Amino acid sequence: MSTVKEPTPATDPDVAGTSAHTWTGKSRGWFLNHLPPDKLLPEDQPSYVASWAYVLGMGAVAGLVFVIASGFVLALNGPQWYHVSSFGHFVNSMHLWSVELFFMFLVVHLWIKFWMAAWRGGRILTWITGMVSFLVSVVTAFTGYLLQTNFDSQWIAFQAKDALNAVGVGAWFNVANVGQIFMWHIALLPLAVGAVVALRVLLVRAHGVVPPLDAAETDTQLRETTPPKLARGRINHE
Amino acid sequence: MSKAPSPMSWRRGDNIAGRPWRGRVRDYDLFKELVIGVVVVGLLVVGLSAVFSSPDDPGVTLKSWATVAPSDFIATATAELGGTSDTAAYGQPYSATPDATQKLGFIDLQALSGVRIPIDTANDFVLTPLKTLPTPPPALAIWSAATAQEQTKWTTDYATALAAVTNGDPAQVAPGDYGPVPALTGALLTMAGSGNLDGVLQSGGQPYNLNYTPTILFLGDGTYFAGLADAAHLTGDQWGVMNETGNTPGQSWLWLFSLSYQIPPFNSSPNADILVVAVMVGLSLLLTLLPFIPGLRSVPRKIPVYRLIWKDYYRNR
Repeated sequence: MSTVKEPTPATDPDVAGTSAHTWTGKSRGWFLNHLPPDKLLPEDQPSYVASWAYVLGMGAVAGLVFVIASGFVLALNGPQWYHVSSFGHFVNSMHLWSVELFFMFLVVHLWIKFWMAAWRGGRILTWITGMVSFLVSVVTAFTGYLLQTNFDSQWIAFQAKDALNAVGVGAWFNVANVGQIFMWHIALLPLAVGAVVALRVLLVRAHGVVPPLDAAETDTQLRETTPPKLARGRINHE
Repeated sequence: MSKAPSPMSWRRGDNIAGRPWRGRVRDYDLFKELVIGVVVVGLLVVGLSAVFSSPDDPGVTLKSWATVAPSDFIATATAELGGTSDTAAYGQPYSATPDATQKLGFIDLQALSGVRIPIDTANDFVLTPLKTLPTPPPALAIWSAATAQEQTKWTTDYATALAAVTNGDPAQVAPGDYGPVPALTGALLTMAGSGNLDGVLQSGGQPYNLNYTPTILFLGDGTYFAGLADAAHLTGDQWGVMNETGNTPGQSWLWLFSLSYQIPPFNSSPNADILVVAVMVGLSLLLTLLPFIPGLRSVPRKIPVYRLIWKDYYRNR
């Protein structure tokens, strides 16, 4: 027989100051504590977040959007389609160039994060996920080159087998087996890239953008530049 | 009393990098930046695709190989029959050839992986395909009835004779006792020239098959395939790992991997692949775990590129 439990101040997680008692409630509390809405979707950033260097991460995300979108169209039509359709060939070109741009943005972004020493202040996982996203993306792109089903993919398969066989994974990652590589490229590896990139974006939001090296405790000593945000009373008192 | 972490440490300490920012802030619109980014990158993607397109050189078939370079095809088929081709002597995962694997010191991951994709080049590349012909060549019976010693002598003598004549032309080979080898390789050439061998070798007798391993390996055992790759600047000594056909950029992010194959000790080592992969894995781990390594993690402080990145901040300080 079920009973209706009346919420009490001691058990109701919505009551201020009480803790949740279920896994779901505790998880919600953890997420809200680590990633409150104003951190997840912020409307302001520290004043030092004012450099073209910050654009590159977003450029990589935008590149990934086009990689996924064009890859989706190619996957729906099958690997042979782009050989016989002019539109398919154009979508294939978009897939190639969005990958090139994605890597260009990602590599420069990661190097800039190195020179920023962006792991400081508990941001180690942000750094590690950035590196992992690069490495997984390299493998994903490699499998894409194997799926061109043309001369280039034939030769890459012939050449690349030696390195994979030498480390003992050639049977499970058989570069000459188009069916196997297709599964890696459109299912397993994109899931990995998507998960790692999403985790990295959430970590950046949770930890905030790393301050400049040797930054002062506050930037109230900075000269006023126009227009001064301070004049609008925008001081963050977290 | 706990020691405060170094300013370059990854640890969250009681310092400005570890605490929430208390200074001034500036307006920031995440979604607006995302939309602008998608529009700008979208225009770049469409523009680059429209102007530069993408390469799509047709693949090589066994038919085109047999038609354009019949002598190379015959020489390769002879090596497959005699078990002397690169594939026949490759080791794991294709065969159990002793001492053929690449090793990292005493570690032999290639041998450990086992013969997972067994390939018997004589049977898989030559004899079995010939048996599928409507009228299999009588030479098959002679080959089957011979001893292994006879088979080896025939293929060795025929390979030597082919190598001795101009362009390896089978028509100019000196008379000799080559057993059924010329008939078998000639029949395979005819089969390949008709386009029949491509289907038989790739399908493996199955209606559905996406596994091109036998075709790729057979092609790779000859010189025709590598010659085409060389002309397209795709071979290993041409930094081919990061190249694409034509002038389109390829996997340029593999530049360090490609560079490693060009320099000692890798460029002359029989274990080049495993050594290069080990170095790449090591360097990737080093970069990933760099924040844990004192000294290395302080490099950004010693070479002040950060002053360029936060130029406005330091100029106004």
